[in-house]
Amino acid sequence: MTSTSTSAAARTAQRIRRRLNLRDFGILFGLVAIVVFLSLSTTTFLTAGNLVNLLDQATVVGLLAAGATLCIISGVFDLSATATLAVSAIAGVWVSRVLGYEAGFIGALVAGILLGTITGTIIVKTKVNSFIGTLAVSIIYRGLAIVLTAGAIVAPPPELAERVRFFAEKTPIGLTWASLLLLVTLVVLGLLLARTTFGRRIYAVGGNQEAARLSGIRTGAVRIAVFAISGACSALAGMVLVSRAGSAQPAMATGLELTAIAAVVIGGTSIMGGQGAVWRAFVGVLILTVIANGFNLLHWDTIYQQVVTGVLILAAVAADSLFFRKRAS
Amino acid sequence: MSVTTRAQVTQHPAPAPEISVHGLTKRYGPVTVLDAVDLTIAPGEIHAILGENGAGKSTLLKIVGGAIAADGGELRLDGDPVRIGSPRDAIDHGITLISQELALVPGRSVLENVMLGRWAQRGGFATPGADLDVFHELLERTGFDLDPDTPVGDLPIGRQQQVEILKALARGARVLCMDEPTAVLNEAEKEQLLRVVRDIAAAGTTIVIVSHFLDEVLALANRVTVLRDGHLIETADAAAHTPATLVSLMVGREVDPLDEDPRPVADDAETVLRIAGLRTAVVRDIDLEVRRGEIVGIAGLVGSGRSDLLLTVFGSDRRRGGSVEILGRELPSGSIAAAIRAGVALVPESRKDQGLVLGRSVGENIALATLAHRSVLGWVQRRRERAAVAAIADEVDLRGGRGGSTIADLSGGNQQKALFAKWLIDPPELLMVDEPTRGIDIAAKARIHGLLRTLAERGAAVLVVSSELDEVIRLSHRVVVMRHGRIVDEFDRSASPDDIITSAFMK
Repeated sequence: MTSTSTSAAARTAQRIRRRLNLRDFGILFGLVAIVVFLSLSTTTFLTAGNLVNLLDQATVVGLLAAGATLCIISGVFDLSATATLAVSAIAGVWVSRVLGYEAGFIGALVAGILLGTITGTIIVKTKVNSFIGTLAVSIIYRGLAIVLTAGAIVAPPPELAERVRFFAEKTPIGLTWASLLLLVTLVVLGLLLARTTFGRRIYAVGGNQEAARLSGIRTGAVRIAVFAISGACSALAGMVLVSRAGSAQPAMATGLELTAIAAVVIGGTSIMGGQGAVWRAFVGVLILTVIANGFNLLHWDTIYQQVVTGVLILAAVAADSLFFRKRAS
Repeated sequence: MSVTTRAQVTQHPAPAPEISVHGLTKRYGPVTVLDAVDLTIAPGEIHAILGENGAGKSTLLKIVGGAIAADGGELRLDGDPVRIGSPRDAIDHGITLISQELALVPGRSVLENVMLGRWAQRGGFATPGADLDVFHELLERTGFDLDPDTPVGDLPIGRQQQVEILKALARGARVLCMDEPTAVLNEAEKEQLLRVVRDIAAAGTTIVIVSHFLDEVLALANRVTVLRDGHLIETADAAAHTPATLVSLMVGREVDPLDEDPRPVADDAETVLRIAGLRTAVVRDIDLEVRRGEIVGIAGLVGSGRSDLLLTVFGSDRRRGGSVEILGRELPSGSIAAAIRAGVALVPESRKDQGLVLGRSVGENIALATLAHRSVLGWVQRRRERAAVAAIADEVDLRGGRGGSTIADLSGGNQQKALFAKWLIDPPELLMVDEPTRGIDIAAKARIHGLLRTLAERGAAVLVVSSELDEVIRLSHRVVVMRHGRIVDEFDRSASPDDIITSAFMK
C-alpha cells in the first residue's frame, strides 16, 4: 500500500514537472508560431533587412524590460523607469556639450544609476507600496526634467551630430549598435540573475522576503541595488533614443515603462515575484515587436493591434495566476 | 431558515440548542488533531475546553463555529444532524465564533461593525436610527460602555472584543464560541469580560470557551472538557476539579519511557552562548548559558516569549538591553548577518512563512543562508554547491527533489529536513530550533531528533523550543520554563511533565 501511494505521488510529481516545463517554454513556442506564420504569409518578413530592423525596434523596450525583470522578480515595480530615462538622457546631452560624447554617455549612465538608487532608497525606507511610490517618483522626475530644460528640447551641439547617431549605425555584423547594446545587456543581466549570489538573493527576496531576511540577506539593500540597475537600463535606453532623435526632451518615452512591464509578464516572469528570467523579457519584447511588425507587413489595420496586445497580456497574467493556484493547492 | 426581525432576536433570544458532536475527527496531513471526539454541551452552560498546546482544543472550537470543516463525524443541534460548512452556516444556526484574531473593520464605527451586514435599511438606504435603537438595547443588556461613533481601530483590544460580542448578540447568537478571549486583556478588562460572559450565560446563551488560564476557567465554567493529543480525556463538572487535577489530566500519566539519556556535557565544555540581562519589547531579564554538546529546551505557552528569545539572539529583533555572546564574543544587536557569521543558526517556527522560498529549488533553498561560502567574488560555484547540497541532503535523509525541483513539491517532513540542511550545510556553533517537528510524521520526527542529538555530540550548542513537552524533555539536558517573557523555572531531565506544565500554566 505504501509503495503504490509512493509511486502515485511520484507520478503526480512527474506530471507537475512536465506541466512546469511546458509552461516554462510555452511562450517561446508562441513566438515561434507567430514567426512561422509571418514567414509563410509574407515575403517580406524573413528578410535580413526586416529582421535587423525588428531587433533595432526592440531595443528601447528591451532595455527597459531587462531592468524591469530584476525589479519584478525581487518583488517591486519601477514605474519611474522612463522618467529616469528622460532625466538621464537630458543630463547626458548636457554633459556631452561640455565634455564630448563619450563623457555624455557616461554622464547619462551615472545619472540613471543615481536616480535609480534614490528611487529605491525612497521605496525601501518609506515602505511605500512600490507601485504607487514609483508612480509618485516618476511624476517628480518628469517635473524635474521640465524644470531643468524649461520644457524645451535639448540637443547636443551640431559638431557632435555624427557621433550621437552612433547607436543607429550598423555594426560589422549587420545589426545596429543599439541592438548589440541590448544583447550585451541581456547577457550580462541574465548571468547576474542566474549565476551570481546577488541573483540568488533577488529571487529569494521576491519569493519570500521574511525567509530571505532570516537567511541573513539585507533585503532592503538588494531592492535598492535592483532599482539602481533599472536606472542604468533606463539611461542606456535614453541614450539610444537620443541617438535616433538627435535630441532629448522631458516627455520622451512616456508610457513605455508599462509596455516594458507587459513584455516581462508576457514572457512568463511572475508578477508575484520570485520567478522569472531575463531571456523571458526578451521573448516578451520580441512578441510585441513581431506583432507590430506583422500588422505592418500584412497591411492590417493597426487599430486592432492594441486589442491583440491587451488580450495577450491578459492571457499571460491569467496563465500565471492559474499556475499559482495549482501550486498552492 | 426562519425570518426573525432584529427586535425579536435581541429582546427574546430563542433558547440555545443542545450541541453534541459524535466521532468528530480532523486531520492535517499525517497528523490527526481530533480523533473521534464525542461531546455534549448543554443549553445555557459555560463549557471550557482545555488541553496542552496542540491538543486539538482550538480545532474543536473552530469546527463548531464553522471556521474549519471536520474530516469525519457529525454535529447535532437538539439532536438533529446539521452541516456547518462556513461561519455563515454557523451564524444561521445561532452559533458565533470569536477567534483570537478579531474580525472587525478597523476604519468603520463601532455601530457599523456591530450591525455589520445587517444594517437596518429602507429601499436600499441605511436607516442608522433603527440600528442605534438596537445598539443601545445591547449595551443595556451587557453593561458595556461604548460610543457608537468611534472607529473600531481607535479602541484598545479589550474594547474591540466587546464590539465582537455585541456583534454576535446582534446576530441573535445563542451559542458563543470564544478562543482564548482573555489572553490579550489586562486585569480590569478581564474582570469585565468574565462578568459579561456570566451574565450572557445566565440569560440563556451557551458559552464554549478555550483558555490556557486554569484558575480563570474554574471560576467561570460549569463544566470542563480536557483534550489530549486529539482525544477527549474527560468531561466533568468544574467543581470537581482543581488546577492541579486538570494539569494531570492534560499531561496524562502514560508518558512513553525516555530514550537513552543524551551524552553528558563534558565538565570543561566551553560556553557557546551566554545571554546576560537580555531585554526586548517582549522578553525580560533573560540570563542563559548553553555549552558545547548541551541541548537546552525552552518550555512555555504560546506567547510566553520563547520564539522572541530565539529571534533576538539571532539578531532579528533588536535588544533593549543586556548582552548576547557567542564563544566569548559579543554579537551586535539586530544583525542577522553577523549572527550567521558567528555560527548561529535558526530553524524558525513557520516553515512556509519564515523558512523556505517555496517557488525556488531545493538546492537554492539549502544554499541560501551560506551563499558566500560557495562563491568567488559573488559568482556562485555551482559544482561545489551541488556537491555540498547533495552531501548534506544525504546526511539529513532528504528524499526527493535533489536538484532542480521546486521545494513546494516536497512533503512537509522533507521540507523540514531541507530547512535543517540549510543550516547544517556548514555546521553551526549554536543551533536554535523553534517547533522543530510541527506537523510532520513520526519517522521524520525521529530523524530530526536524531539530527539534533548528533549535532550536540559533535560539539554544537542547541536550543530547542517546542510546544510538545514530551519532545522538549526527551531531547534536552535541561529545560527552562518561560512565562510572560521571563525565565521562571529550570528543571533537569528527571523532572516530570507535570512539574513543568504546572510551572508554565500557573501564576
